[in-house]
Amino acid sequence: MAVSESVSTGRVFDMLMTVKDPEIDSVSIMDLGMVEKVTTLGNTVTVVLLPTFLGCPALEVIKKNTIDAIQQLPEVEDVEVEFVFHPPWTSDRITEEGQKNLRAFGIAPPPRHFAEDGSWHVDCAYCGSTYVTMENIFGPTACRSILYCKSCKNVFEAMKPVSTLM
Amino acid sequence: MSEIENGVTAENNDAITSLLFQLADDDFLYAYRGSEWLGLAPHIEEDVASSSISQDSMGHAAMYYQLLEELGVGNADELAHIRPSQDRRNSILTERVNGEGYYMETPKYDWAYQVVRSYFYTQAKKVKVDSLCQSSYQPLAEVAVKVRMELYYHRLHWETWFKQLFSSTEEAKKRMNEAMTLVMNDFGDMFSFGNQKQAIETYKLIDSEERLKKNWLTSIQPVFAALQMDVPAIPETLANNGRNGEHTVDLDEALLTLSEVYKVDPVASW
Repeated sequence: MAVSESVSTGRVFDMLMTVKDPEIDSVSIMDLGMVEKVTTLGNTVTVVLLPTFLGCPALEVIKKNTIDAIQQLPEVEDVEVEFVFHPPWTSDRITEEGQKNLRAFGIAPPPRHFAEDGSWHVDCAYCGSTYVTMENIFGPTACRSILYCKSCKNVFEAMKPVSTLM
Repeated sequence: MSEIENGVTAENNDAITSLLFQLADDDFLYAYRGSEWLGLAPHIEEDVASSSISQDSMGHAAMYYQLLEELGVGNADELAHIRPSQDRRNSILTERVNGEGYYMETPKYDWAYQVVRSYFYTQAKKVKVDSLCQSSYQPLAEVAVKVRMELYYHRLHWETWFKQLFSSTEEAKKRMNEAMTLVMNDFGDMFSFGNQKQAIETYKLIDSEERLKKNWLTSIQPVFAALQMDVPAIPETLANNGRNGEHTVDLDEALLTLSEVYKVDPVASW
């Protein structure tokens, strides 16, 4: 029988890097800034996640994938994944790496900055042009919008900015 | 978390529960009626947008039911699916049918009604959610912050439709005006807390009914000014108060349809 070994949070974070958004396989839940807290107690791991959008149907899938990933660590016995609403997830939690990985998938990351009147703009996910138009603020999922680039003539998606300042 | 830490006491428990049911049932029915437009919206982009809004709204309802579950009121799925109409606390406006006919047969739904209902409802929801961000009940205040961010897009969307249709053809204006009359006829209980008014206000769970009404009128005023129209009056007397479980047959029919699949296998995990 294996000697019980405590779980290190570092090892858990490594596994969380492998949990991808079910619909955007280049982006992990770490990249998205969904991981709020990881605690380990002996062989039990608790992960606190922040939901992006409240009605997002991917949340249950993400929860299951997170549990499955952490259970691959041989020293882990129990995994609990919990969603909390405070602090609220905002799009500025997406990391630099997350922004890069979103772009690699053809999705423009949400803008970091808002103008004083609350407006924002996104650049084309493919060519970086600012010469874009918003086709539909609502895209194929609640967190995405559809835009058109007049420079490279591509339709692309952008992740919606979500901020407590709105 | 203990009940004391949560801010729930024996005294304010009924008020919190009652308000949560009002919020949950409102969004649940609003989302249900919105989802009946799937495949029927005026164009495909709108189908995508209004489905997204319905999905978000269902998510908001789920969170409120979740808060009720955490208070020990019952399982969230059951609260959503199997409570009879007299136990529901949604406003009359959210339960109304989209128009004549049935979704599966020949629905003759009214897009003008959908736009006016959605815009007025969303604006009312924003006024409430803004207030709830300061609720004395902390778990509700935290959910409200999250809801508020998503609502930003819903409000923007419906306001755009509202302004554009009212700035459009004579027929569009006529139909929008007719829709507005219908919506306002049912708007009397939108800001009502029903029998729990005093308790809900005393415990500062949300602003008073009067304050919310005033905020709603103020919030739509600039849009009406731009359209050179008068802000509609909120009815003082009402035939049914949904907050007290007084509903129309539209709700019974909606509940029958929306709970049909759930009742086939209530223990299934969806």
